[in-house]
Amino acid sequence: MTLPASISEERRQDGDFDPVIVVSGLTKRYGDIEAVRGINFAVARGETFGFLGPNGAGKTTTIKILCTLANATSGSASVAGYDSATQRDSVRRNIGLVFQDPTLDTYLTASQNLRFHAELYGVPNAALGPRMRQVLEMVGLWDRKDDLVSTFSGGMQRRLEIARGLLHAPHVLFLDEPTVGLDPQTRSSIWSYINELKRREDVTIFLTTHYMDEAENCDRIAIIDHGKIVALDTPEALKASVGKDRVQIQTADDNAAIAALASTFGLSAGISEGAVRFAVAAGEQFVPRLFAELGVPIRSVSVSRPSLDDVFMSYTGKTIRDAEASGSQAMRQMVRMRGGR
Amino acid sequence: MTMQTVLAAEQSELVDSIRVAVPERGLRHDARAVAVVWRRELIRFRTDRLRAVTSLVQPILFLFVLGTGLSSLASRGMPPGLSFKTFIYPGVLAMSVLFTAIFSAASIVWDREFGFLREILVAPVSRGSIVVGKCLGGATIATFQGVIFLALAGFADVPYNPELIAILVGELLLLSFTLTAFGVMMAARIKQFQAFMALTQMLVLPLFFLSGALYPLNGLPTWLTALTRIDPITYIVGPMRHAVFAHLTIPGFEQHLLAPAITWAGWAVPQWIALGIVAVMGASMMGVAIIEFRKTE
Repeated sequence: MTLPASISEERRQDGDFDPVIVVSGLTKRYGDIEAVRGINFAVARGETFGFLGPNGAGKTTTIKILCTLANATSGSASVAGYDSATQRDSVRRNIGLVFQDPTLDTYLTASQNLRFHAELYGVPNAALGPRMRQVLEMVGLWDRKDDLVSTFSGGMQRRLEIARGLLHAPHVLFLDEPTVGLDPQTRSSIWSYINELKRREDVTIFLTTHYMDEAENCDRIAIIDHGKIVALDTPEALKASVGKDRVQIQTADDNAAIAALASTFGLSAGISEGAVRFAVAAGEQFVPRLFAELGVPIRSVSVSRPSLDDVFMSYTGKTIRDAEASGSQAMRQMVRMRGGR
Repeated sequence: MTMQTVLAAEQSELVDSIRVAVPERGLRHDARAVAVVWRRELIRFRTDRLRAVTSLVQPILFLFVLGTGLSSLASRGMPPGLSFKTFIYPGVLAMSVLFTAIFSAASIVWDREFGFLREILVAPVSRGSIVVGKCLGGATIATFQGVIFLALAGFADVPYNPELIAILVGELLLLSFTLTAFGVMMAARIKQFQAFMALTQMLVLPLFFLSGALYPLNGLPTWLTALTRIDPITYIVGPMRHAVFAHLTIPGFEQHLLAPAITWAGWAVPQWIALGIVAVMGASMMGVAIIEFRKTE
């Protein structure tokens, strides 16, 4: 694993990599189980960085170490320039957290929960009122601020947690499975709030997910399996690394088209379900050439990318669902049991 | 408060994002943390009226049902003019804070199961300030509970004397603090709510019965004498009963028979030492709790 791969096109060209999170040789062992096995990565300022992997892959354990809630067995991690093991308070001041499981006091109102948080983080009183309003408006809960959290739906509670995580204006916001257990509609609304906060706040986001489609929202993704990072890059680069795009065209004369594809571009195509199909690298860039040079009229064209599912499959040899179904579930329970505090 | 934060607050409509500077950790910040953890206990207590009412049921049963029912038997050992209810009142008063204090610590176990504890433990404040806030919060609501029961003193023929009330409230506060600290210490270790409740239920009644709340501490068999001296509640029930009896006016009444000083092998333990024992126990259990909560997996 080399550090760091492309962050964004311009950053890479500038050679300007400003790391907010640096992890090297990180290992965490619970008894005989090695939950994290020597991982390395760095996250740049302002980036949205995703940890993608099945349950039990070591995502939550890594987050716990970064957030000072667990000690690494070996290796080191730093967040916002502070060591997660030795400068805990400084790390804690600079991070916001949204855990996989809810951590709200449901007997308090939304604003009481936020006020409690503000006092613990020492948010100056003068800034608290306006800041509270800002984060609550951002997640669309300002009009519910005086309601008990126990009356909130799962999606509203998650939004309130995101607002609370942002209240003290952290440099890094950790989102551990921010949409787990929510219905698809609520999941997509959570994502629109996250994208909104990326636009509004100067914050680096580190998130974990086992939903392939959500990983697409990240600037870069690390794929983690059995405690190891097996791939780390932008979603586009990861998908490109898997192979070619899938192109299908409908033409006036399919047989002529297949012959032309072979002679002009050296591509082998086939017909299925009434369309000519073939695979090619960078399919979108290929389409203009196809129109210009094929010599057979084209009625329609569609290009589909390999999905992150294909990526996960190619790096781990199994789909994420298979990985979930295997013994890793038992390991996750074990890890959570031990990490009960 | 810096100038920038004030400006940022004023310009909230203009600036895109309000900058909040989280301060370096300091005494003032820790004090804020203690205060907010304390205040949360109060808010929760205020919204949970059922708990306040149910915790009063048991002491009321002890005082009025047991106290009245046994009085015909027990009054033979009482000097004329003193009822059995008056005799057990100080002990039952101590009992009125027992459940509330320990139950307030149970909320830590509850918070752990429901995740809120994690929100607290990841905050940039010392674990010590969280434990202190919790102990003070539990002590406050338990004392408040005791004060409600104290209002019933007249029904047990205990006079509403300002000095007596002040002493009793102070002693209730001390007892509540120590009991909460005990509960918090246990909650640091016990992760399951059911287990915590079962264990505390198992401990509470023996602590109450061995404290001499229902009988005088003299003329007991040796084994019982030994057990009463181990029970920390003994060292608060003794001074509380002493305070109540000092404010009763009963002719020909011999205080030392019914409210004897606590003795260690014949040596009468002074009141300030008895209260000191309770205070030191509370402080050291709180210390153990702080050490426990500082541990990271």
